[in-house]
Amino acid sequence: MLQEGKQALWKEYQKEIADNRYFYVRSCVRQNFFPASEATFLKIITEELGKDIYEHPSHTSCSGIGYHTDVIPFETTMTMVARQFALMTEAGYPNLVPSCITSFGLYTEVLDTWHHFPEVEARVREHLRKATGREFEKPANIAHASDIIFKLRNEIAAKAKHKLVNHITGKTLRGVEHIGCHYSKMFPQKGIGGAEYPYVLIGMIEAWGGEVVDYPERRHCCGFGFRQYLVKANRGYSVASSKKKFESMEPYKPDFILTNCPGCPYFLDRWQYAIAEMEGTTYGENGMGIPVLTYEELAGLVLGYDPWDLGLQVHQVSVEPLLDKMGISYNPSSKYVGKNGKFLGVPFKPNTLKVC
Amino acid sequence: MSKTVLIIGGGVAGLEASGVLSKLGYTITIVEASDRIGGKLNRWANLFPTQRPAEEVLNYLKFQLDPNTSIITNTKIDDISLGKTQVSATLSNGNCIQADAVLVSTGFEFFDARKKEEYGYKIYENVITSVDLEQIFKDGKELKTSQGKTPKRIGIIHCVGSRDEKVGNTYCSKVCCVTGVKQAIEIKERIPSCEVFNFYMDLRMFDRHFEDIYKKAQVEHHVQFIRGRLSEAFENPDGSVMIKVEDTLLGKPMKMNLDLVVLMVGFVPSSSSVFLKKGLQLETGNDGFFTPADEHYKTVCSNQKGVFFAGACTGPKTIENTITEARAAALEIATYLNQN
Repeated sequence: MLQEGKQALWKEYQKEIADNRYFYVRSCVRQNFFPASEATFLKIITEELGKDIYEHPSHTSCSGIGYHTDVIPFETTMTMVARQFALMTEAGYPNLVPSCITSFGLYTEVLDTWHHFPEVEARVREHLRKATGREFEKPANIAHASDIIFKLRNEIAAKAKHKLVNHITGKTLRGVEHIGCHYSKMFPQKGIGGAEYPYVLIGMIEAWGGEVVDYPERRHCCGFGFRQYLVKANRGYSVASSKKKFESMEPYKPDFILTNCPGCPYFLDRWQYAIAEMEGTTYGENGMGIPVLTYEELAGLVLGYDPWDLGLQVHQVSVEPLLDKMGISYNPSSKYVGKNGKFLGVPFKPNTLKVC
Repeated sequence: MSKTVLIIGGGVAGLEASGVLSKLGYTITIVEASDRIGGKLNRWANLFPTQRPAEEVLNYLKFQLDPNTSIITNTKIDDISLGKTQVSATLSNGNCIQADAVLVSTGFEFFDARKKEEYGYKIYENVITSVDLEQIFKDGKELKTSQGKTPKRIGIIHCVGSRDEKVGNTYCSKVCCVTGVKQAIEIKERIPSCEVFNFYMDLRMFDRHFEDIYKKAQVEHHVQFIRGRLSEAFENPDGSVMIKVEDTLLGKPMKMNLDLVVLMVGFVPSSSSVFLKKGLQLETGNDGFFTPADEHYKTVCSNQKGVFFAGACTGPKTIENTITEARAAALEIATYLNQN
């Protein structure tokens, strides 16, 4: 692999990312699957880096899943997006930061549609006015939350308590990255590094001391293609997609998988358990899985946050092997103690996949 | 004193037109941007459909040049404008040229395969272009993978940068199909045990003998032709390349590991076209190639008096067509100069 070729491409795919005053919109999926990731993002942005970020209590789904599954017409979706913009305008924030990749892609698509078809924008403004009485300004800047962490990766590195280095052997840890499809496949110029060789997660891993390995099925879907998973009869395609990726990355012996999409970490995590149960196959070391992290979780680990505050105990694949490599201390007995101090209970052990 | 013709571009078209115009008694100046005349022929080993050495054609073109022809290499045109009866050009070496007519024979450039990012040219070590492969043949080198091994399986990918809306080139580059067949045969001639697969959309074997070498590739060399467009490529841990492609005759997606991938890069307009278009107020099509005064019967004339075209500056062409067109342009220029 010729790194200079990739670097030349990365130079072509840069984008403007706002420096401050972010209007944060959460992800429907992530709030349920990995709620601590969004909390960690807000903590890093405000407490660590002193930025101004705001989330409106009345913001709704962007309706992206409904749109992509043909349940919600685009006209309705655009009006819902317009309402989010109106909330942002009312709050006085210029820069939109979606937590969800699909939302990011959808907001970008809506703005692009309005750019090419101003009459559609005028119609949507009228819809919103009639329905809610609201007006809006378009965002000055849209960046996915992973773009923000990418932009601030060196500041995070400067505060790092742990590096992506095996603290015993000194060996650089190896990660594989998986980018959500809606991040840059629809609008390559809107993603750092473009669509074919995105750099957004690679930049983080490198800044935090790790090494990224590229693997043949990197571009393949994680398994959360909406039509693969939302239609129950199609779920075989979902697990088959994930399996294809695991088999492709396994020879490189990655220490972790890093993701920036709501669905990807969930499916890459849970399907390792499912495949182990179905076929007896595991992909990590010593019968375990390959730990799967969100970028906020990884940033949190680098910054020295307690792994259980990051919600790593809700992962199906145990993350302890990675924590041990990074030299992160953790209390096993508090793994399943909730934020309110109550014991949550220990999940059943899988039959095949080894867990801590 | 004879009338003068400025020829911009010393490739096949420019050299052939120069030879004819010299014989007709005109004074010729050829301005060539690169360090030598001959254009793309300098980079090619053998020509389709007969596999004759490119050098033979290059030698012919040089041989028929008049010794009095002024050839200025390593020189670009900094400024050019049309007068009432003359063309004025300022060269990058500081000299100025006045001519009674100008022939634009700026040819083409190869599509930059890096723009098909998903194919990994200049990223994956064993992805090369048809131009790279031809250079290997020309240099007489052995065909090896970047790991130094003799390839056992090679894929030739047609239509790279041609008929592809994603890269903005919707036109056919015309000669890549037959080049892909020619190069497949040449690989098999060098490494008979190597499996060669040509992935194509459709094979446009439009000219004489083209069908013959297509058949020869299949019958004598067992080259396999798979109808399907490559969706993406990726590098395996051992440096081989995994490709994903749909076999559209079987209606099935397929994956294949190849030791070497050869991208059949198409034509794009010469980068000088934009400058010349502005200076000489010429017309171009949506594809960026120059538009002749008439697509059927004035193919070598431009929309401006005294400015003529020959060769691939008006679109992809074979060498045979280019030479024919260069002669036509020379006669058209002679007619124009006699009338003026």
